Amino acid sequence: MPHNWIPNSSPDIKKELMRELGINEIQELFNDVPTKIILNKGLSVGFGKPLTEYEVRRLFNELVSKNRLSSIPSFVGGGVCQHYVPSVVKAVLSRPEFYTSYTPYQAEIAQGLLQAIFEYQSLMANLYGVKIVNASMYNGSTASAEAVLMAARVKKKKKILVSDCAHPEIVEVIKSWAFGAGLDIVKVRMDLKSGETDLSDLRSKLDGSTAAVFIQTPNFFGVVESALKEIIEETHKFDALSIVYSNPLSLGVFEGPGNLGADIVVGDVQGLGISLNYGGPSAGILGINDDKELLRQLPGRLIGATRTLSGDELGFTMILQTREQHIKREKATSNITTNSSLEAVGAAVYLTLLGSQGLRKLGEAILGRTHYLIKRLLDTGLAEPLFRDSHYFREVSIKFQGRSADQVVKLLSSRGISIGPALSKFYKELSDCSLVCVTELHARRDIDVLVTVLEDVLRGVQ
Amino acid sequence: MTFRQAKWEEPVVFELSSFSRQTFLIDDDFVNEASEALKRVPKSLIRSSELKIPNLSEVEVVRHYNRLSQMSYGVDVGPVPLGSCTMKYNPKICEELASDPRVTDLHPYQDEEEVQGILEIMYLVQKWLSEITGMDECSLQPPAGAAGEFVGALIIRKYHHDRGHDNKNEMIVPEAAHGSNPASSAMAGFKVVKIPTAPNGETDIEALKSVLSDNTAGLMLTNPNTLGIFESSIIEISDLIHERDALMYYDGANLNGILGIVRPGDMGFDIVHLNLHKTFAAPHGGGGPGAGAVCVKRELVEYLPVPIVGFDGRSYKLRYDLSRTIGRVSWFYGNIVPIVKSFVYIASLGPALREVAEISVLNTNYLMSKLMRLKGISLPYGEGRWRKHEFVVSFENLLKETGVSAEDVAKALLDRGLHAPTIYFPLIVKEAHMIEVTETETKENIDRLAKAYEEIVDLAYKNPQAVKSTPTNTSVKRLDVLVANHPKTLAPTYDYLEKLKSQGV
Repeated sequence: MPHNWIPNSSPDIKKELMRELGINEIQELFNDVPTKIILNKGLSVGFGKPLTEYEVRRLFNELVSKNRLSSIPSFVGGGVCQHYVPSVVKAVLSRPEFYTSYTPYQAEIAQGLLQAIFEYQSLMANLYGVKIVNASMYNGSTASAEAVLMAARVKKKKKILVSDCAHPEIVEVIKSWAFGAGLDIVKVRMDLKSGETDLSDLRSKLDGSTAAVFIQTPNFFGVVESALKEIIEETHKFDALSIVYSNPLSLGVFEGPGNLGADIVVGDVQGLGISLNYGGPSAGILGINDDKELLRQLPGRLIGATRTLSGDELGFTMILQTREQHIKREKATSNITTNSSLEAVGAAVYLTLLGSQGLRKLGEAILGRTHYLIKRLLDTGLAEPLFRDSHYFREVSIKFQGRSADQVVKLLSSRGISIGPALSKFYKELSDCSLVCVTELHARRDIDVLVTVLEDVLRGVQ
Repeated sequence: MTFRQAKWEEPVVFELSSFSRQTFLIDDDFVNEASEALKRVPKSLIRSSELKIPNLSEVEVVRHYNRLSQMSYGVDVGPVPLGSCTMKYNPKICEELASDPRVTDLHPYQDEEEVQGILEIMYLVQKWLSEITGMDECSLQPPAGAAGEFVGALIIRKYHHDRGHDNKNEMIVPEAAHGSNPASSAMAGFKVVKIPTAPNGETDIEALKSVLSDNTAGLMLTNPNTLGIFESSIIEISDLIHERDALMYYDGANLNGILGIVRPGDMGFDIVHLNLHKTFAAPHGGGGPGAGAVCVKRELVEYLPVPIVGFDGRSYKLRYDLSRTIGRVSWFYGNIVPIVKSFVYIASLGPALREVAEISVLNTNYLMSKLMRLKGISLPYGEGRWRKHEFVVSFENLLKETGVSAEDVAKALLDRGLHAPTIYFPLIVKEAHMIEVTETETKENIDRLAKAYEEIVDLAYKNPQAVKSTPTNTSVKRLDVLVANHPKTLAPTYDYLEKLKSQGV
């Protein structure tokens, strides 16, 4: 059946192509497929027939209208939060020369894309305070897993210490990915008073067999790891590598982890002009400090500057491909092929749009809102930050003093306000706690409304 | 047709302006609270090192990236016949609908009741992909094809482990397989056992038999294979693998050529991964994002990564109750936006998906037939066999006779406004061009491609240097890859580049 997405599907064109091949039926091209496995029915997919564009649009609208967005910006956190996506980022990412192109294997015809990714690498390396950032992993969770695998290869050791304050889904992903390499993933306890990684527990578990220590800051509970520098120094005493996951939006205000001595940095570009997308796609950030062995073991694509063979012009191309699967096969540093180039370009556009001024101001705007939220919550006397004296950024783990967080989240949702996730999703013992996320999207009155409604709800819940 | 790509001497973003301008506006509403909070934070944690991000006005940013986009090339500009990449046209309706805020603004931890629409879409995609592959259930969590392979390999590992067969640690992979197959197997902890390709272009069955043992865990295969040839002995191969209590893994990168005609499940495969960004028209984004579903037969459903989407007759739910799950391979539920694009694509075509396969195969064989008339080109393996979605030609003779390599021919194609195919792959073909035109290419463009090859080959015999000095119509001439990769001149960021410049390199 002819279709407008398949230009040669018209009968006369088909006939002409078949004439070149000396066949009468397209079926003849499949004469080597054993008859007994040839599908003897039509695929039952879609809606029984090809749909017109207006039919598919209507159907789609009916489906997505079953999704509910809260009337004031969402307060849901848990590693990703709703941020503003500037129109410029959307405009650039909808340039078809970017989004319909393949991996830039043919560099000369893809200079613009290559330069944009080179700029991403440069901007991100500066932000995180490292020498090199690759041209993206799938997202923050897989960047973390790849960082752990890389560290184990570099150090030729199997023990990995992972902070119990890190995002539980990141920890799960690290575990799944480390299974093949037979790594021993050991958790480092949380200090129950501060919500930070317990330094003495870390010291007791660090030893000569440790390949790396994985820390997230701000961590899953929204708490800034204030002893980050000490953690990194302790790690280095045992010839282990320090892997630090941080939120790029915090780095206008907080020091880049590479500048504090982290060997490997990871993160996720969600929020840097990249929407929530119900969890994906995003892009994973993976960077390393200046070290030959780390570079040799770095997974994923890397773009480098070079010059033309005639020597007179600057250009960009993919480099160090001998680390990658299409050349090294089972000895490659990773199996990654398709990555998240488009989101990486989006993050570069976002950083360029905000500049150093904007990024610092954005960090302060988020920090200020976080501070304001905590103050307002404490005023209610019904809720408080789970860790009272800690420093929070963007997300706050809130304790509802014995009231079921699941119930609170549901009741708020019924009144048009989204918070969460309730921490019981990950920690049974924290059944009266939930995360709340504030970003530049929240005006003072939004936070006021949240607190007022929350107060009201909490008074009604036992 | 002449072609001149845009050529802007566009500075690297750090050199765009010597001024610092007002950047994107951010409110000042909480500066007091921010400074109060900052007072309490330990000094060592506050950023003191330079943020080297230029401060530009909006118009400067927009022009910069638009100029860069003009020096790039995608399917919306012209044909991209990269083999095994299935660079088909990305319908605009898919793009527009997937950018709806009721998709892009959903938070993965929103209450399930609030996201019934997206869960229903995901549920339908799971169902449709099961039907298309002849499997029983799918997980949409793997963010790309290689991640899907990794999931498949982990499922195989855990399946054998649960049956007490930890000795099964060998994964068989054909030499001609995509590089990600052995890489994914190795990441899952398998020893990779290679088998050669027979002269007919199919898996060498005798070689397969000779490597089978009690340690065989599985076989990773793509069918049609990377030569574009259908493995006609697939049933025998499946039986051999299953007799050893091993599993059959299907690399779905090449599914486009058999959609609706023959299904991996019916060929005997137990696990399939799909690349939604290839077969189901989600765009490739300059390298990604993709989306890589994994589908399995009934006896392996419990091993899938969690969550998958279920339906209890009333509402859609994220199901975590798979008893033998390999766990999570990525956070959240997958790359939803490309999944939504593929939903719109499959919904739009429905039963016409079969047309996709038929025309992609017709187009491919048509181009192959035209190229086979040219001097210096040969078609190794599988003589007299039709190809499916792609074919692989060798320029070995051309290189011997003229000194013009497969790479030179590729660069000369660029000069004619055509993207080059995949080159030097699969490794079993010397001086290879792996060509896949897909069903979305017009006859006129396929003829143009054939004509371009003809002109280039002619030129190679008359004036090889003229081919070797291409490209000249792209925004830059041929690049020096040795300088790019040399440790002394390696420049993966602007800081490295600046340092090299200051050294006068």
